[in-house]
Amino acid sequence: MLRTDSVSMRFGGLTAVADFNVQIEKNEIVGLIGPNGAGKTTAFNTITGVYKPTEGKIFFKGKDVTGAKPHHITEMGIARTFQNIRLFKDMNVLENVLVATHLRMDVGVFASTFHLPGYLRKEKQAREFAMELLESVGLTNQTEESAISLPYGKQRRLEIVRALATKPSLLLLDEPAAGMNPQETLELMDFIVGIRDRFDLTILLIEHHMQVVMGVCSRMYVLDYGITIAHGNPSEIQANPKVIEAYLGVD
Amino acid sequence: MNKKNLIRSAIALVVGILVIGLGDAFLGSFAVRILNLSAIYIILALSLNLLVGFTGLFSLGHAGFMAVGAYVSALLTMTPAQKTMNFFLTPIVPWLANIQVPFILALLIAGLCAAFVGLLIGAPALRLRDDYLAIATLGFAEIIRVLITNAQPLTNGAQGLKAIPKYSTTWVVWGFAALTAAFLVMLLRSSYGRTIKAVRDDEIAAEAMGVNVFRVKVTSFVISSFWAGVGGALLGHMITTIDPKMFNLILTFNILLIVVLGGNGSITGSILGAIIVTVMMEALRFLDMPMNLIFFKTNGLPGLRMVIFSLMLMVVVLYRQRGLMGNKEFSWDMVANLRAVIGLKPRNKGGR
Ligand SMILES: Nc1ncnc2c1ncn2[C@@H]1O[C@H](COP(=O)(O)OP(=O)(O)OP(=O)(O)O)[C@@H](O)[C@H]1O
Ligand SMILES: [Mg+2]
Repeated sequence: MLRTDSVSMRFGGLTAVADFNVQIEKNEIVGLIGPNGAGKTTAFNTITGVYKPTEGKIFFKGKDVTGAKPHHITEMGIARTFQNIRLFKDMNVLENVLVATHLRMDVGVFASTFHLPGYLRKEKQAREFAMELLESVGLTNQTEESAISLPYGKQRRLEIVRALATKPSLLLLDEPAAGMNPQETLELMDFIVGIRDRFDLTILLIEHHMQVVMGVCSRMYVLDYGITIAHGNPSEIQANPKVIEAYLGVD
Repeated sequence: MNKKNLIRSAIALVVGILVIGLGDAFLGSFAVRILNLSAIYIILALSLNLLVGFTGLFSLGHAGFMAVGAYVSALLTMTPAQKTMNFFLTPIVPWLANIQVPFILALLIAGLCAAFVGLLIGAPALRLRDDYLAIATLGFAEIIRVLITNAQPLTNGAQGLKAIPKYSTTWVVWGFAALTAAFLVMLLRSSYGRTIKAVRDDEIAAEAMGVNVFRVKVTSFVISSFWAGVGGALLGHMITTIDPKMFNLILTFNILLIVVLGGNGSITGSILGAIIVTVMMEALRFLDMPMNLIFFKTNGLPGLRMVIFSLMLMVVVLYRQRGLMGNKEFSWDMVANLRAVIGLKPRNKGGR
């Protein structure tokens, strides 16, 4: 599904990500963990086209997508959430999701503005889909509320369903459990497995604390100072001395 | 919207039409001019608000697009005889000398020409970082003025155009103001409109949701230019004389003032702002005239009016950072809440 080939990202003298190689198969849930500043978010940003990697190539479904524009990447089927939540602040909950449905609606500015019959049909479908998504995270009663007035945990879930509204096949989640309590985190992990099954997704998930994702990930990659220091299944990772050292050094 | 509010809105609409109709019939020519100027400023403010308030792009080129619209429509509607009279220094280019099209068609072409110029400017300028856009559009507006001044056989240069057919009657300008408002409401409430607002709120998130941010910005810029062109054309057909000096930065500034005063990102705010500013501009005209107060005499302080205006803007910005309406639209619940605040009525629950 996704493969990166020796991807490096340098900012001036700082190498945020070096020689990054991941390979993810369809329907896997893979973790990307590492201490603060390890380069996890930067790795996401190169995959989603926010940055063009300094070196290396990125392949999605066998196609070279290195350096493609972010909206193109999304169109091809990679959606993401942000570590520092980026909801549309002057829009309500439903509108936030509806923005993301536009991509698959295939209507132009003319048909949209003049509310042509074809547009109205697609708009109705989009609203139904958005409501269905909002229902899956228990937000149907808050559709008219301002998105940023929601409690933190709900904002994170709204961001996930907003990403789902683009109908992705690969979902990248940047610390989705940040700021949640243990109970909420557990529910979230169940939810992530649930959407994987329901929407036939492949998921790459960043997490700071490896315990959180142990239960859901089949494999993990561990970054430290941009370097992939370990890779394997959860029990292998837990036993890896390099990983233990990296985490002891920081936490 | 519930039934009661629907009825209120319908009544407000009828009252509005009546006021315009009665004004047109009974007011003196000076007052009718203010009435009509308000409508034109509504069109201009709405078109600028689409950029500044709804797309989050700061442009200073509005006067340039107005100039394009005004010249195109004027040249397309003047009779060949009027053209010969105007172009007495340098004759008009032959292909333009005998063209004369109906007003509505001229207006449409004026808007399309402005939109096309908008595309030419927008496509490169919108690739720049947002803060450079203001500089680029400012430069463009000046270039348009220089071009118009120097393209004598096409525009009659610095002499400008006189005796433009006076087609901008009260019903025409208010009709177009209503049309512009309706167009923008429809656009902004549509799926495409949501992507415009998404770009304003967070470009990075919008891109990640598959929104082609550059494309959306260009589209918004072109639509804004179209309506600026139409507004400029209507202005020309109202005051019947145009020249390049008219379309300067001050004109853009006045429109920006309306947008900020009324509320960035509020359609009803721009409408309200346009009426307030136009009426005040004329009502305060006496400030620039010689004054004879009891204790002292002035010989007229040209520019005092603008000082008062700038002060007004400062007060609004200081006390209501987001303009009179903020980014909200007018609603009847708002009136009810306002009445509650000043103690006339119990507060209306759940208004928005
Ligand atoms: N645009 C940028 N310009 C310069 N340096 C950057 C940029 N983006 C990230 N960095 C640097 O790259 C390194 C990796 O940052 P990144 O955000 O990818 O880490 P992270 O693993 O996501 O950390 P965290 O757990 O804190 O989110 C950091 O040292 C950061 O300062
Ligand atoms: Mg990060």
